[in-house]
Amino acid sequence: MGRFLRRRLLAVVPLLLLVTSMVFSLILLLPGDPAVALIGMEDASEEKLAAIRERMGLNRPLVVQYVSWLGRVARGNLGASLRTGQPVTEAIRERAPITLGLALAATAFGLLVGVPLAILAARRRGGLMDAAASGLAAFGVAVPNFWLGSMLVLVMALHLRWLPATGYVSPFDSAGDALRHMLLPTLTLGASAVAEVTRQLRSSLGETLAADFVKTARAKGLAERRVVAKHALRPALIPVVTVAGLTVSRLVSNTVVVESIFALPGLGRLNLESVLNRDFPMLQGAVLVTVLAVIVVNLLSDLLYGLIDPRIRYG
Amino acid sequence: MGETRLALRRFARRRMALAGTFFLTLLILGALAAPLVSPYDPLRQDLARMLAGPSPAHLLGTDDLGRDVLTRVLYGARLSLGAACLAVAIATLAGVPIGLVAGYLGGRIDDVLMRVIDALQAFPALILAMAIAAALGPGLFNVMVAVGVVYTPRFARLVRGQVLALREEPFVESARAAGATHARVLARHVLPNVVAPIVVQVSIGVAFALLAETALSFLGVGIKPPEPSWGTDVGRGYRFMRLAPWLVFMPGTAILLTALAFNLVGDGIRDAFDPRQSRES
Repeated sequence: MGRFLRRRLLAVVPLLLLVTSMVFSLILLLPGDPAVALIGMEDASEEKLAAIRERMGLNRPLVVQYVSWLGRVARGNLGASLRTGQPVTEAIRERAPITLGLALAATAFGLLVGVPLAILAARRRGGLMDAAASGLAAFGVAVPNFWLGSMLVLVMALHLRWLPATGYVSPFDSAGDALRHMLLPTLTLGASAVAEVTRQLRSSLGETLAADFVKTARAKGLAERRVVAKHALRPALIPVVTVAGLTVSRLVSNTVVVESIFALPGLGRLNLESVLNRDFPMLQGAVLVTVLAVIVVNLLSDLLYGLIDPRIRYG
Repeated sequence: MGETRLALRRFARRRMALAGTFFLTLLILGALAAPLVSPYDPLRQDLARMLAGPSPAHLLGTDDLGRDVLTRVLYGARLSLGAACLAVAIATLAGVPIGLVAGYLGGRIDDVLMRVIDALQAFPALILAMAIAAALGPGLFNVMVAVGVVYTPRFARLVRGQVLALREEPFVESARAAGATHARVLARHVLPNVVAPIVVQVSIGVAFALLAETALSFLGVGIKPPEPSWGTDVGRGYRFMRLAPWLVFMPGTAILLTALAFNLVGDGIRDAFDPRQSRES
């Protein structure tokens, strides 16, 4: 396991360098003068712009600029917002827990609904439950989450008045209220996770349930429930864990939309606000932290993959 | 030719794939014939009829400026579908050559190209598209370039995987032994053999690009009003949810059904060309 861990960690180094250089390069895609974009003033005087170029090192070679930016990032200095002057790290610290909570809740929802649904579907191939699960999965993959969120608000908040339509309450202020406010966003965000898990697991469990070792387990007289839980589920989970990174990446993407519909002040919304405000230091910081979080989750899912499947860590 | 005909026959036996094809055909015809189908102008405001519910005169109701919703859904299909197709075309034109070169040449070039693809894939799609769109500036074309860039890795990975297997095939080796240049081997012998999986990916990619484009437009980063676009119209309608829920429901349902139809057609083509790879099995 040690060698596998080392190999995986080493592979992350070039990935981190490339990803950080891409985030840094965002500023180079800007039409016109990066100094104007960086201070956010169209009408700044030439002297002022020259002073900014000098201060921010914009007239130095690109590689030097990148290395010095990376150095600042490594020391936790991501600059300050062009709009509010708030340090980027402070904004991220305030908002990241909300997105993390939402993403974890949606993942849990995806697993809690998706796994039993896939088991029911795989056990009775071609049956009613299988058709329902496949239909639900196809719907979950194709549904635009801004539409699903809107429909949930319409029915659950505006018509039935069971849940609040928008807003955020910290669990430290009122746990019950926080839960009520997070329910609709979790359902909206979790729908695609349910679809992914159901689709992958239904397909892989179907194959595993037809495998020889499962037939042997049945022939020994084990109850079907035990055959599925003890023998078939673990190998069938491997493809699900393999795509876990992709699922999480999609989930993080969708937090932008979900946080925007439900007015949650999370990292996804911070990404959107900085795009709409053309607040580049904030955008670079928010994108960087988001992509780093996805890389860490991918690494964890790889390690989990190694734990579940010994062939991977010794391969 | 025989194989294509066989695949077509298999495709025709898949009811869901046929339903998807039927829906898309209707939608494209409706979008093209929008001026003939609808008596209304998608941009013309009629403030006397604003937020009117569905009625015989306005089958899907009117919006906050009195514009006919059905007309906007039909015209919106032009822009939303066109934009999604453009993004996938960009992703195909960028991703397929990268995958061909990486898989065929292997070695250092493959390593470098694949590391860049890995890095692009590490970004959550919508966030990367938003960031690129923000940097390039507003405008439909820029947004489509952004969505295209985000989807490029899928094509590159898919084609590279296929080419890795193909380059060891005897027919490729014999073409090389006969003195064909790398470019000729790639164009004449390798590319034709990866067309089927590319077509499948194009179909599924249009669904992805449609969802991405409409999400970006909904968020205010994509297509700008007053042009009729499904995502922009859902975003605008959201403000009138309590009074006129059809403003969100109708264009949203159009997006859902279209994305579903492209996925079903993609699955159908995959099963038709390679029944063993069936997602349903």
